[in-house]
Amino acid sequence: MIPLFVAIPLGMAFIIPMVSRKLTRAPDVLGNATMVCLTALALASIGRTGIYHMGGWETPIGIDLRLDGLSVLLLIAVNVVGLAATLFSVDYMRLYTSKFRYYSLFLFMVAGMNGVVLTGDMFNLFVFMEIASISSYALVAFGCEHEELEAAFKYTVLGSVASTFVLLAIAFMYGMTGTLNMAHVATKIASEGMSTPLMFALSLFLCGFGLKAALVPFHAWLPDAHPAAPAPISAMLSGVLIKAIGVYVLARLLFNVFGITDNLLQLLRWAGVLSMVVGGLLAIGQWDIKRLFAYSSISQVGYIVLGLGLGTPLGLVGGLYHLVNHSIFKSLLFLNAGAVEYATGERDMRKLGGLNKVMPLTGGTSLVGSMAIAGIPPFNGFWSKLIIVLACVQSGHYALAVTAVVMSLVTLSFQLKVQRYVFFGSVRAGLDRLQQIPGLMAAPMLILAVLCVGMAFLIITGMDTPLLIAPAADALAGGFFTL
Amino acid sequence: MIYSLCFVLIAIGLYGVVVKKNIVKIVISLAIMEYGVNLFLILLGYRFKGEPPIMDQAADASLFVANAVDPLPQALVLTSIVISLGVLALMVALCIRLYERYGTFDITEMRRLKG
Repeated sequence: MIPLFVAIPLGMAFIIPMVSRKLTRAPDVLGNATMVCLTALALASIGRTGIYHMGGWETPIGIDLRLDGLSVLLLIAVNVVGLAATLFSVDYMRLYTSKFRYYSLFLFMVAGMNGVVLTGDMFNLFVFMEIASISSYALVAFGCEHEELEAAFKYTVLGSVASTFVLLAIAFMYGMTGTLNMAHVATKIASEGMSTPLMFALSLFLCGFGLKAALVPFHAWLPDAHPAAPAPISAMLSGVLIKAIGVYVLARLLFNVFGITDNLLQLLRWAGVLSMVVGGLLAIGQWDIKRLFAYSSISQVGYIVLGLGLGTPLGLVGGLYHLVNHSIFKSLLFLNAGAVEYATGERDMRKLGGLNKVMPLTGGTSLVGSMAIAGIPPFNGFWSKLIIVLACVQSGHYALAVTAVVMSLVTLSFQLKVQRYVFFGSVRAGLDRLQQIPGLMAAPMLILAVLCVGMAFLIITGMDTPLLIAPAADALAGGFFTL
Repeated sequence: MIYSLCFVLIAIGLYGVVVKKNIVKIVISLAIMEYGVNLFLILLGYRFKGEPPIMDQAADASLFVANAVDPLPQALVLTSIVISLGVLALMVALCIRLYERYGTFDITEMRRLKG
């Protein structure tokens, strides 16, 4: 079952362009069917663990795919958000040409992300990361207008530099440990300790994956690239890509492979707080809806990294919980922005207003998304932020707790700005005769809004051991399982 | 000693990416950087006066391990060359489209996105 997560989207990515010359509806149907299958598979893998040896080769020779609590969590996030994005694309992508190329690239990206969260081999991770990144570069440039191309070029250059750093770090790792299997590298490092070349490899990994995750010193590409992409792709990029190939890999490497130390935790906390503050403050001044959401992504990734950087069990739970929650509400907000752009052709908040009366469903779901991201009870964002703040207090970092609360208020303020300028108030002239958004665009927004409420129920099993999240945190804290 | 050559290449590439204004030169610098890393990977597994890593039935296993070149980095470099080819093709296509839109290769004149 494990290799299907990579095999299905990879295979369909090749089949779709082949069959769609004759059948014009094929890309829509096949793309959505693939994502439905993958979501079902991801949900079916809850609670399971396992190792798959690719090609039947045993561990030191062949490549493993490993499924554990953390991989399951990420798989669910990637595939659920992916399904929402493909449903949304059916009508939204009429604004662009050549849909089959779009679905093909989309499925490559999903295959790459699923591969990254499953693989147990360093070089295999690099390959899957490149599959996901290259298709995302192409998808950012999909519109082929001035802004899209400029953003895509910036993104491609910075992304390639990051990939080169990662490859160099993998070379150092292989040179020092003589193996590429993550579990073997981990035991080797645990028994022999860190050497200078390994420290250098670690810092290269931090730079490389920090760039992919858009942590603050490396965030410059994100606010250009994410708004330039088509809306469902923005939802995928901000919702899951920066987490799957950025935050997840960083966490996996630091906690499971290199072994976490106090210095590294401190570094994570600083990176987290910096991203949280800088991203939040820059978001306030934005007038482009999608650009504002992109800056807010930087800020929310800061929360996740801060939670992980606390290193306590509660902190890990909070960080991972916020990771899934953020993928849900940020993709919801980007889909809302897409719906607004679809109906009005406008992204500048100063030219919008009163859309609640014309597009009640978009307005309502976007209110849910905004309140969830700002941490208003009873939505999911409230609980994950609460756990992170509690974890800060519990481990004695009072200043961090206060910063997290203050930045949550800042988030509330710029989300209210979106609500106030786009959805509330009187309808602006020219916006009162809008066409209704199609049902297939409304459905994913509704599903994600329901999930914003539903994800809050994960904590019914206790604040420090939420469903789904606790096995993932255990996987991070406990290291690789052996079979 | 020969390893430092790779780092010179990587440094030249990184310098080019950061400093150059012409987007084609940035693409070339990225390629140089990737070559530096590939060269480093190959050198990691290389052994001077080593045998090619193809084992036949008659060969003695321990002697073979002691003399042969490590084949794994070569496999890795093949993959990484293919990946960088993909990135390079995509970037060149982007450059062509950018030239069509802006009429220039100068990155300082492509300034629609800010803030």
